[in-house]
Amino acid sequence: MVAAATIGADALARAREAASAVVDPEIPVLTIADLGVLRGVALDAEGRIEVTITPTYSGCPAMNMIAMEIELALDRAGLPGARVRTVLSPAWTTDWMTEEGRRKLRDYGIAPPPPPGAGRGALFGAGGVSCPLCGSSDTEELSAFGSTSCKSLWRCRACREPFDHFKCH
Amino acid sequence: MATTSISVAETPLVLYALRRADDALILGHRLSEWTGHAPMLEEEMALANIGLDLIGQSRALYAFAAEQEQAGHDEDHYAYLRDAPQYRNLLMAELPNGDFAHTIARQFLYAAFADPYWREMTGCAEPTLAAIAAKAEKETAYHLRHAADWLVRLGDGTEESQRRAQDAVDALWPFTGEMFEADESERTLIADGRAVDPAAIRPAWEVTVARVLTEATLSRPDGTWMQTGGRSGRHTEHLGHLLAEFQHLQRTYPGATW
Repeated sequence: MVAAATIGADALARAREAASAVVDPEIPVLTIADLGVLRGVALDAEGRIEVTITPTYSGCPAMNMIAMEIELALDRAGLPGARVRTVLSPAWTTDWMTEEGRRKLRDYGIAPPPPPGAGRGALFGAGGVSCPLCGSSDTEELSAFGSTSCKSLWRCRACREPFDHFKCH
Repeated sequence: MATTSISVAETPLVLYALRRADDALILGHRLSEWTGHAPMLEEEMALANIGLDLIGQSRALYAFAAEQEQAGHDEDHYAYLRDAPQYRNLLMAELPNGDFAHTIARQFLYAAFADPYWREMTGCAEPTLAAIAAKAEKETAYHLRHAADWLVRLGDGTEESQRRAQDAVDALWPFTGEMFEADESERTLIADGRAVDPAAIRPAWEVTVARVLTEATLSRPDGTWMQTGGRSGRHTEHLGHLLAEFQHLQRTYPGATW
């Protein structure tokens, strides 16, 4: 209960800030807040800081790394002993990716997933994918599976560059 | 010093989760065996990615089984410390990969079932299973499209690829019936809405199979005799060999981590 007494609103705000800044190890321009992976920062029943995250793809190997990075980030912020809890429900979707996250992805050269409400066809890139480099919509899918679970490989017919697309999920 | 196997208290919910987890783990492991052997780079990535999704699904299901069993087991215990007769997966999942046509045909026949199955499970009365299903159904829809595209290319391809694709579908056909089975244990979950009756998925499966086989210029086998046993631990000789390799490290060096 000592911990509960010493953790105030200020510490919780610092914890939130530190956790929000943790980046995806495979797409380091995106924070876990941009991705929608960070679901909450709160105090658990014992008064410890508890960070809640949700996995993207079922088998995403970045999740263990992200959990560890959160613990380290909170430790660096002077908040040791935080707990990271993984929740499955509600299931993550690319609809949770922030506008800011989508812009960062595009600037990084990865075509972002379609905006929320794009419909089920978007799972397969049905609405078309714009080239993140030149903006052309004259693109084609080269490979449905890419370098990570969340990406597919595309090519722009206008500027001829290949690029990654963050798949709708 | 080898580690002995755990014993699992298979209540209906634990058994249910282990069956689905074992399907996903064993099939995912089989796909991982293609790493370094796939016919082209894109396919190498595709099979590895599909395998990764499946192994991820198995982890979530094992974690759920552990929560339900309350015996101090975790996902690694279920994966590494059960022998073949304790595994509950579909026999189709453990069959050797065979040639590329066999691997694709199996992936298609499984995904054509798993996709609508998980979609139905998103509405089940068990919140964690519904959440696992919500992820799995999107992943499986993607796997299904990939396998179906390939089956059409192989079936409607050269004489050689057509022959191999038809051989694969014929050989796997007697293993498809097991997907639609539900025993007494599973019936209790179906009765109270915590699980979906797999037999109810058959019409959707038949439609997908008929559509894709027709497009692939392959014929639907007409055999009705179906092999069974995996759900109750009666496996082919192939599972033991798979587990020998898969479990070797944890059996020989119990609890090893790195």
